[in-house]
Amino acid sequence: MIKSKDPKMTTPILRMDNISKRFGGVQALKNVSFDVFPKDVLGIIGPNGSGKTTIVNCITGFIKPTSGNVFFKGRDITGRPPHKIADMGVTRTFQVMRPYYSLPAYKNLVIPLFSPRAKRTGGWGGGGNLGNRQTIAIDILEDIGFERDSYIPFKKTSTLPTGYLKRLELARCLALKPEIIICDEVFSGLSMSEIASMVPLIERLQDEGITIIMIEHRLRELFQVANRVMVLNFGEKLIEGNPVDVMADKQVKEAYFGSEEVEEVMTYA
Amino acid sequence: MSWRELSYLTLPRFILIAGMLSLPFLVPGMYWQRVISIVCIYAILALSFDFLAHYVGLVSLGGAFFIGTGGYIAGILNSYFSVPPFLTVPLAAIIGGVVCTLLLLPCLPLKGVYFAIVTLMYPLFMARIIEAFNIFGGTDGLVGIDSFSSSFAEQYFVICMVLIFLFGLRRFVTTDRGLIFTAIMDNDQAVRASGINITRYKALAVFIASSMGCMAGACLTHIYMWSGISQFALDFSILPIAATVIGGSGSLVGPILGCLILVPVSELLRDFGTLRIVFYALILVGFILFKSGGIMEFGQRKYEQFERWTKI
Repeated sequence: MIKSKDPKMTTPILRMDNISKRFGGVQALKNVSFDVFPKDVLGIIGPNGSGKTTIVNCITGFIKPTSGNVFFKGRDITGRPPHKIADMGVTRTFQVMRPYYSLPAYKNLVIPLFSPRAKRTGGWGGGGNLGNRQTIAIDILEDIGFERDSYIPFKKTSTLPTGYLKRLELARCLALKPEIIICDEVFSGLSMSEIASMVPLIERLQDEGITIIMIEHRLRELFQVANRVMVLNFGEKLIEGNPVDVMADKQVKEAYFGSEEVEEVMTYA
Repeated sequence: MSWRELSYLTLPRFILIAGMLSLPFLVPGMYWQRVISIVCIYAILALSFDFLAHYVGLVSLGGAFFIGTGGYIAGILNSYFSVPPFLTVPLAAIIGGVVCTLLLLPCLPLKGVYFAIVTLMYPLFMARIIEAFNIFGGTDGLVGIDSFSSSFAEQYFVICMVLIFLFGLRRFVTTDRGLIFTAIMDNDQAVRASGINITRYKALAVFIASSMGCMAGACLTHIYMWSGISQFALDFSILPIAATVIGGSGSLVGPILGCLILVPVSELLRDFGTLRIVFYALILVGFILFKSGGIMEFGQRKYEQFERWTKI
């Protein structure tokens, strides 16, 4: 059942205004505009190479859009360096996970906790006091599903299974006490049971007031949490709206889905 | 903690400190005492190389650049402004660190071998500029620079510096700030996404490493009472890397052990003239082939086995 969490139609927290990005001869994004409202869970879907990750990179400053502007809370953040944008509270996970392999899991979180933003906000759940970062890091990890008793937070990151690494990526964002988390395919590569335990986590983050943008290929799981969906194809926005309406759209079916999966998703919905 | 455990932990450190401090008494003659100072200068350089390469991820071939810059700054301060050696050394470390960091600032976005190539260019570039413009004594260099007050003071100063830098860096890399450097080495993009300005941290790392190198260069100038273009010689870039490979990379102690072996060996082989490079290369190849982890890794493993020894 798709939850109809209609966003309060207030001012958007993030606004993409006619974003275009060209890599040499490839038009990766073509005049993409959309709004994200506070406490939204926006899903961005589309076939491979449709520009999903490029959008993430444009928002978080890892690449500069060829034209167009990104506004965060009304301020133009186009072309600002990534650390400045993260400092404002717009964080992201990476599709290709590369945690800090030489460090134990909990020390991975010492790095974001050392950032100027975490010092200002006190980190996730912190009250402005960052006395002992390593203890706070272990607390965050326990909170996000690393069993403290099982010694997992203290293991070397290179020995952790994918499910934990994905949670670690989310924890890295959370340590900054973010306003927006952009999840670049957090469900991919996970087993069904791992995803099943990840979904409540996403829902909980939304309840805590964090705006979430999810790039996903796993539609069924995405529609459990997303209240709006945007479809990209060849760098262009096809449609945006309620997941049921989007799935019903003929253009989307043609461009993206094998008919089989659409039926499956629709019955699920 | 039992007395036995305590001594197990402190013994290696104690042996290193006591051994280093007693070196000036143990070696015979003026010549070999001078070699100790040179060993320590290379050790500081190797330490800075190991720190940059294995804790920050910047492979720097700029040892000669750091030595030359520090050496010339100490030389200029002493011969033009007659600043005494106990002031020129710290001044050269700070000014040299700032100069080297500023010059390397444009290269900080580079990684791996690209950073290595650029840092290799700097010493060549500096030496040719001094030669071409005939500044700071040109090819003759700056002569008549004050030496340390005694050879005893000279040796203990450099030995203490090696020990201070060694234990200081070992502690620094495990602090929260030190962890950021390791994180930048593993994945700089994630560090940027965590709201941390990586250029600032890389610059800080380069400043730490280059001021260590510049301090070593300043000591070298006062030891030889001369600073010249040969301080930009590539030996200062290459030997620390060889020492790090032999000693054990990433351990910070290893490079010092490597220098304690390589520098005296290269002195012993001086009689062979240019052929010594061959012996030198053979040692290096041998280590890379048979003990690629270096002395420290091997030694540490053996020492840890020793802990589990029990009487049956």
